[in-house]
Amino acid sequence: MRRDAQAIVLLLVGGGLIRLAWTGDYLNYVKPYALWLILPAGAILLAVAAITAWHAWRDKREAHGGEDEHGHGEPKVAWLLLAPVVGMLLVAPDALGSYEAERTGTVVGAEEDRSTYPELPDDVDPVPLTLLDYAARAIFDDGHTLEGHRIQLRGFILYDGDEPQLARMVVACCAADARPVKIGFDGEVPAGLEPDQWVEVVGEYSPRQGRDEINGELVPYIEVESVTGIPTPDNEYQ
Amino acid sequence: MPHNGSVSADLAESGTPAPTAPRRRRGLTSIEALALLLVFGLTARPGLTELFAAPVTQAWATRFVAICVQAFPFLVLGVALSAAIAAFVPADFFHRAVPKRTALAVPVAGVAGAVLPACECASVPVAGALVRRGVAPAAAFTFMLASPAINPIVVVSTFVAFPNDPAMVAARVAASLLAAVTIGWLWARLGKTEWLRLPTHRHHEDGKWAAFWAAIRHDFLHAGGYLVIGAAIAASLNTLVPETWLAPIAEHPVLGVLALAVLAVLVSICSESDAFVAASLTQFSPTAKLTFMVVGPFIDVKLAAMQAGTFGRRFAARFAPAVFCTAVAASVLMGVIWL
Repeated sequence: MRRDAQAIVLLLVGGGLIRLAWTGDYLNYVKPYALWLILPAGAILLAVAAITAWHAWRDKREAHGGEDEHGHGEPKVAWLLLAPVVGMLLVAPDALGSYEAERTGTVVGAEEDRSTYPELPDDVDPVPLTLLDYAARAIFDDGHTLEGHRIQLRGFILYDGDEPQLARMVVACCAADARPVKIGFDGEVPAGLEPDQWVEVVGEYSPRQGRDEINGELVPYIEVESVTGIPTPDNEYQ
Repeated sequence: MPHNGSVSADLAESGTPAPTAPRRRRGLTSIEALALLLVFGLTARPGLTELFAAPVTQAWATRFVAICVQAFPFLVLGVALSAAIAAFVPADFFHRAVPKRTALAVPVAGVAGAVLPACECASVPVAGALVRRGVAPAAAFTFMLASPAINPIVVVSTFVAFPNDPAMVAARVAASLLAAVTIGWLWARLGKTEWLRLPTHRHHEDGKWAAFWAAIRHDFLHAGGYLVIGAAIAASLNTLVPETWLAPIAEHPVLGVLALAVLAVLVSICSESDAFVAASLTQFSPTAKLTFMVVGPFIDVKLAAMQAGTFGRRFAARFAPAVFCTAVAASVLMGVIWL
């Protein structure tokens, strides 16, 4: 691989990272804090690309347009870096959704060791909660802190057989470790909910619980009052 | 990269068909590379969109891009550190700083691993720079294994993931340190230098900064290429292997440990977050979760590919199984003692 080609590869990888940060698409792949890792890394790669190109140009001029002697012995494996560039710039895949969630067990067991469940505020109605928080309170605290409140949850729709469920992907590091947390609907659910459609659900705690067939974990339910379609949020993960 | 023909072959390997160019005796110039990419981008985009419209391929692509995007910043940090070691640290510094006797240098390197607050993508190139700088390979490998497992960020994230279980944090640090030091001593006794094939660094007359930038460029392109291979394998396994096969073996004390050890190798999660994933695998025993967290930073498909790139394939073929067995053994031992 010649040095000017190396400069191009570095430019594309660095530029791809900067573009993900600029457009906000990085949230489809990593946690929000990763912005502060991606930006400096992209900037360093762009700097390396610029310096590489400048050195290649300078050496070529000094050698009067002769063969570029430097930079040989660089491995061909570096061309593979174009694959994530194609992924970042051309394919730009969406965040993981119902397809993955239907094939992965619910993740709520990680909250089992939680020790405190702070009381929900009385002056907010309905109380917005994350799906993971709702599920942990419902399963491990028997819904004590949920009773007497109207709860608002936001997530996407998936189907467990014929039964629609509310889900959200929980990400620890990057989308490769995304796992869903799932909540069932109790009561009247509007017909015609599409998989992957984002909805805001308002309702009350239901003591009903089911089991996720994939990993045998408990799935809590919510007594549905209303289900409203909402636009897909910028950060689909939690 | 002497022929255009092999350029096309490499592009094809990465899953991206490229127009074949006539064979010529010189490498690809930047103008040609740019032109090729533009043509490719314009012609292939509708096909790519169609290919990645199916949910399986889309999920694969999301995982693949996610692993790369998460790992690149740490790789850049690692190659920048290793380039700084190569360019600015005087050659005799490590001779003075590291104990002469390898048997002593290995545990010192293990404890020193706590100072590099990065995950495993950063520690591989740093270890390569240390070996090139004359540090005993045994000590460099111990540092490479220990630092992603016991640095402060990892300890804190483990503590957060297991809030009521400080024994898990202690067991993780103890098992990782034990396994890393054991591997160092094993290498000092049994390892052969001819297994190592470090990529050579050209001597630079232009001064230290030129050497620094050249080392970053070289190491990033080299290790990055292997990282892409590892990311592609990890994304494929994550997408294709169904989770349902885990459930029936979770209860078994021995199979559960082995299953999570293998899972850690396959999924290739960063050491800074693997504790959260381990905590979510609730069907498994604490020892099995501990094994997941000890094996993951030591060896996984992404790391094996990067180690093969940094130290050579003959090295990686011997190192990976040895590290895997040692990490499992250390986890089981510490699991019995602490958990």
